[in-house]
Amino acid sequence: MINSKITNKVAISFIRILAGIVVLILAFLVGYILIKGLPYVSWHFLTSPSKSVSAGGGISGQLFNSIYLLVLSLLISLPIALGAAIYLNEYAPKNKFVSTLRNSIEVLSSLPSVVVGLFGFMFFVLKFGFGFSILSGAIALTFFNLPILTSSIENSLAAVPNLQREAGVALGISKWETIIHVIIPAALPSIVTGIVLASGRILGEAAALIFTAGQSSPVLNWTNLNPFSSTSPLNPMRPAETLAVHIWKINSEATIPDAVQISAASSAVLLILVFVFNLIARRLGNVIFKKMTAGGK
Amino acid sequence: MAKKTNLEIVDQLVAETDYDRYIIQLSKKHERAIETKDLTVTYDGLKYAMNPATIAFEKNKITSLIGGSGSGKSTFLRSLNRMNDDVATVGGQILYQGVDLNAPEIDVFEVRKRIGMVFQRPNPFAKSIYDNITFALTQRGKYSRVELDEIVETSLKNAALWDQVKDSLDKSALQLSGGQQQRLVIARALALKPDILLLDEPASALDPKSTMQIEETLVNLKNNYSIIIVTHNMQQAARISDYTAFFNMGKLIEYDLTRKIFTRPKVKLTDDYVSGNFG
Repeated sequence: MINSKITNKVAISFIRILAGIVVLILAFLVGYILIKGLPYVSWHFLTSPSKSVSAGGGISGQLFNSIYLLVLSLLISLPIALGAAIYLNEYAPKNKFVSTLRNSIEVLSSLPSVVVGLFGFMFFVLKFGFGFSILSGAIALTFFNLPILTSSIENSLAAVPNLQREAGVALGISKWETIIHVIIPAALPSIVTGIVLASGRILGEAAALIFTAGQSSPVLNWTNLNPFSSTSPLNPMRPAETLAVHIWKINSEATIPDAVQISAASSAVLLILVFVFNLIARRLGNVIFKKMTAGGK
Repeated sequence: MAKKTNLEIVDQLVAETDYDRYIIQLSKKHERAIETKDLTVTYDGLKYAMNPATIAFEKNKITSLIGGSGSGKSTFLRSLNRMNDDVATVGGQILYQGVDLNAPEIDVFEVRKRIGMVFQRPNPFAKSIYDNITFALTQRGKYSRVELDEIVETSLKNAALWDQVKDSLDKSALQLSGGQQQRLVIARALALKPDILLLDEPASALDPKSTMQIEETLVNLKNNYSIIIVTHNMQQAARISDYTAFFNMGKLIEYDLTRKIFTRPKVKLTDDYVSGNFG
């Protein structure tokens, strides 16, 4: 009796220490980045374009590019991932082919991003002639993103009890209607978690974008909303350096005197951006979930 | 010769006996809700999970299907509204208002609207109480808010749940207790105005009080609906049902008025089961 009491206590303290280490490392990293970077973040920094030789540049273009690329690649990858996940979880027969498919998707999700980047460079930038562009970047990110998004959505759907599917079928509702109106709303919170995780990876991704979306940010005219104009921020065929790529570039080949400060500030902004996006996505997901399920549990 | 196990003996006995004479036939004056002709079910295409079963259910009565685990009673029940379509092959005929429901050209969605089903574990949708009842309706047709309100009220009243939830119709159905959820599920099935209600052990996951409430609800419902219920609970079958059918190892063994099954069954196997000697 005493023995199991002691082992239990030892085990709990050990696990607590491990959890503490994780929290400490995280807190240190986040704290370090924010303390180093935040002093240089100002409204001017966020809203002015970057400079290539002189000090005092901002990150307006990079900030916009990061968000724009995130939105575009989610617009492409989310419908595909959702469809694939619905097929895999709800319709696919249980055979060897499908389980192989599922395994390949899981393996693909650990594909090195630099490989995705080089593939995108060869295929979309050169072969298809998209050049260094937002479009090439968004498609590369889709490749990079699809496997994670598909398996996370599939897992979310699988977590909805079969009782719900049976209930729909027994009421004379087709399987498809049950999936759309019952299963997906019930799985929404965990689907949103999957999207948030994928988005974090997209925002932080540099290697896959260096070769596809490029490392330059052309002069943008913020009042030009014609997506076919080369100075429009919305033009998907223009090269677009994202925040993460910007951080990588000024750390490896900077020609500006304030590279250290800009890098630190950009890192802090990137971190906050991920956090804000996370918050917005969850809030939005919760609102929709509440609306469709009357508050769930 | 190797000694046979008890199961093998029962199996052989079942195989050798002609049980058809232990299945009562409904006379002309009894209106039929639904009947099967040589209904068979097989999961692998080789062996019958349900041997040919011919049985007629009387309208506006409660019929209990009893039998041990694996006796085929649930399999039989689920075949009646074609819930076994994707998992098993169902042979024979299911006659409902002169139509064979087992025919390939039958619209299964329509069948399931006419023949509602309630499962062992309560399965309300993760939606509000109101939406749970109206969801299937609004998927199929156009209803005004007034019509929907009325259907919600009537269905909940029929399922004896209205008084407890009338002020919280927009609350999530998952917040209800197990017994309330099961009555909500019954109300949800009733909203489609079915003729027949199939229940697969509807009270086995509930506490005694909720079970009594469900039973009362069912007895009240039989004025307007024909009810077929699978149950493991002998007292329940005896309390609420007019007819009882006994299944064993994929075979319909005996079918009669409930009081006869429980007092003077014709087959020894039935007697053993209802008196708790096996099962």
